Amino acid sequence: MTVPADLTHEDYGGHHGPRKGLLRWVTTTNHKDIGTLYLWFSLIMLFVGGAMAMIIRAELFQPGLQLVNPDFFNQMTTMHALVMIFGAVMPAFVGLANWMIPLMIGAPDMALPRLNNWSFWILPFAGTLLLSSLFVEGGAPAGGWTMYPPLVLQTGAAFPMLIFSVHLLGISSIMGSINIIATIMNLRAPGMGYMKMPLFVWTWFITAFLLIATMPVLAGAVTMLLTDKYFGTSFFNAAGGGDPVMFQHIFWFFGHPEVYILILPAFGIASQIIPTFARKPLFGYKSMVYATASIAVLSFIVWSHHMFTVGLPVGAELFFMVSTMLIAIPTGVKVFNWVATMWRGSMTFETPMLFAIGFIVLFTIGGFSGLMLAIAPADFQYQDSYFVVAHFHYVLVPGAVFSIMAASYYWLPKWTGHMYDEKLGKLHFWLSAIFVNLVFFPQHFLGLAGMPRRIPDYAVQFADFNMISSIGAMGFGLSQLLFAYIVIKTVRGGAKASDEVWEGAQGLEWTLSSPPPYHSFSVQPVIR
Amino acid sequence: MERRTIVAGSLPMLLTPLTALADWELNMPRGVTDLSAEIYGLHMLTLWICVGIGIIVFGAMAYSISHHRKDKGHKAATFHESTTAEIIWTIIPAIILVSLAIPAAQALIKIEDASNADLTIKVTGYQWKWEYEYPEEGIRFFSSLDSKSREASTLGSGIDPASIDHYLREVDNPVVIPVGRKVRFLFTANDVIHAWWVPDLAIKKDAIPGFVNDMWAKVNQPGVYRGQCAELCGKDHGFMPIKVIALEDADYQQWVAEQKQQAAAASAASDREWSRDELLTQGQKVFTASCAACHQATGLGIPGVFPALKGSKIATGDLNAHIGIVLHGKTGTTMQAFGKQLSDADIAAVITYERNAFGNNMGDIVQPAAVKAARQ
Repeated sequence: MTVPADLTHEDYGGHHGPRKGLLRWVTTTNHKDIGTLYLWFSLIMLFVGGAMAMIIRAELFQPGLQLVNPDFFNQMTTMHALVMIFGAVMPAFVGLANWMIPLMIGAPDMALPRLNNWSFWILPFAGTLLLSSLFVEGGAPAGGWTMYPPLVLQTGAAFPMLIFSVHLLGISSIMGSINIIATIMNLRAPGMGYMKMPLFVWTWFITAFLLIATMPVLAGAVTMLLTDKYFGTSFFNAAGGGDPVMFQHIFWFFGHPEVYILILPAFGIASQIIPTFARKPLFGYKSMVYATASIAVLSFIVWSHHMFTVGLPVGAELFFMVSTMLIAIPTGVKVFNWVATMWRGSMTFETPMLFAIGFIVLFTIGGFSGLMLAIAPADFQYQDSYFVVAHFHYVLVPGAVFSIMAASYYWLPKWTGHMYDEKLGKLHFWLSAIFVNLVFFPQHFLGLAGMPRRIPDYAVQFADFNMISSIGAMGFGLSQLLFAYIVIKTVRGGAKASDEVWEGAQGLEWTLSSPPPYHSFSVQPVIR
Repeated sequence: MERRTIVAGSLPMLLTPLTALADWELNMPRGVTDLSAEIYGLHMLTLWICVGIGIIVFGAMAYSISHHRKDKGHKAATFHESTTAEIIWTIIPAIILVSLAIPAAQALIKIEDASNADLTIKVTGYQWKWEYEYPEEGIRFFSSLDSKSREASTLGSGIDPASIDHYLREVDNPVVIPVGRKVRFLFTANDVIHAWWVPDLAIKKDAIPGFVNDMWAKVNQPGVYRGQCAELCGKDHGFMPIKVIALEDADYQQWVAEQKQQAAAASAASDREWSRDELLTQGQKVFTASCAACHQATGLGIPGVFPALKGSKIATGDLNAHIGIVLHGKTGTTMQAFGKQLSDADIAAVITYERNAFGNNMGDIVQPAAVKAARQ
């Protein structure tokens, strides 16, 4: 690993820049190095989880079983979800937070650098533990990423590996969140009050609180699964006086805030990128902050909308229906504000802007199907069908993943000092945007027509849309190889990026050189 | 009822020319009960509201993208807030949501009122089949995927699913209900959580071990309505279909009478002596329906997941141990207690089959009487 000469001679309390070789990455406490590690980890996991999705869609290409047996298919759906959520999307956002939060608030580094090293280095071990379960007797977990008992208790040797990897991933997330909160509360540059923080910092601040509140709940739930399986407890075993539905309540008390953990930072990214390329300040900064906070608060009182068919009392169904519908209001405010930011701007459409606009449009479609799912009587038809699969992939793929792509293109010149290849970037956007709709839009129709999710084979009336969806999936998967190519090409070289990079860019990160010095802001900037 | 014409959803114009080729079903079925039609109405109402909002929001965005561009020389404005605008776009969505919540709440209250039913059917989910019980009529039977679909759905079977009638949607024993009467379904499960979903009846309800859920339907027209399990329940989750036949009352009564006769005949069958050939023939049928999903038609199982029967300690060992495990299952595994599910004759037949098939040449046979004795 070569290091630019100006970084190695920095005189900073005896530090002399990064170490050389592999040890630099193992022992690093530098927020940018750790951010880079997170982002590479996430990119690798994107391809691992993506390969699983390819197996799923290849099997579903036509009716009948051609490639895998049903048990392996279930392992793939389960592992695809776990790898994508905990391995790809969450680490990507933490990586972005690591890189950008100190730069955006004018800090030299994260507040707790050693903790930072730990929270990353747990991840590869957790990921390896989870993935190696594919090779043990009985195969990987196959009971769905939601781990519902009693089914999950039928998992073989992979069961304890699943539980402990979830524990490790949770510990990593909690440590990362503590660090983010500590950094934001303590290391802001003089003059940067809370209501002057960039939106990306705000959304991560709120996300970090969601993580700290919910990860221990998940840890508790999976520990109860562990003791039910091995130590004779009956938390979720009806025959022993327990309640299998209680697991679902606990899981979704974690799970619904988790959904917003995966999307709030995306809101922050869109709120950074849209004003830059519209050359116009973000519309309604304060209401953006309040909307994010109210979405976070509401996320704790809507969990049972994932469980409308478990037999809730009608009063509970009414409550969770209405509370879920309420979320549409702050979410709507955000979308309206983004459009108002674009309105009468002076827009250009570089790759980050394309991905950000794609994010807003397609995430909103996912929001619409979310509103439909909130209507409890109609949900009795949608629940556990492909309509739900379409819904959550719309909010997660062209939602969360597109925002990560947008952020990568937006900040890649800042990180590497090189401009990416704009032509290839635009090609990557258009391929992704077309194929992602080809994969997921037909899945709405499949669900409405009666196709349940998580099935390896289907009745022949579902054949046509499944084939379209599978073709789209292959196209989308291949398009992402282009992303990896563009990123690697930019890291290795390219046109020199200016400090400001983008004409309309506002914020502290653009006042530093590209790439920024090893210790970011050695002298705190002052915000007027 | 199976093939429905296209109902207007989104993008119908684009896809209509292709309808001649195949089943391009786009929308939720209107169904055959008053409530399913009401749910369909709610679905369409919400959909059109979303389409309306989408047109406004995406329209404004598209206008902005085409006009407010730097390459057209548009200069950026500097406004960055408007309390009036923000109040408007908070209040209007709130009003729309309230107008949606009211009809939804009304429908929900009707759906959840299963009182005063004319008939009750208890549905129990098993890995991987359904049991239907009519407590008032004394009828009880299992319903699993028909053998043609099962054969065709085996990995690498080479059989074209399109050649199978109702591939993966056909069962051996359908559940039969009368039209025009309020049928209350009770749902529970034997092992893991399942969900009973028939879109035309607008019923989807979880079947949970240790709990009883209910849901009801009053079907308006005779017909065959199909669905399948909707909650991941293990390996054969995709292979536990539901077939509901709704009959006019007179036909329904006739079906009930036939079922009672069959039950009496089955019980008589368990009281007599069976020949070896009879046992083997019946045993193969029972094995295919109840055992092959895990232990495979070849008796080889799936290594690491489901044990082989060929040469196994149980199938080639002590006969009483073999009867015991079939009757009582093995806790902590997917091996169920078939004592509750199969008659003495069927258990005797399947054990005989297992001990004499796949090269297990034990030569012994089991009579129904031996199973009956083992139950005590």
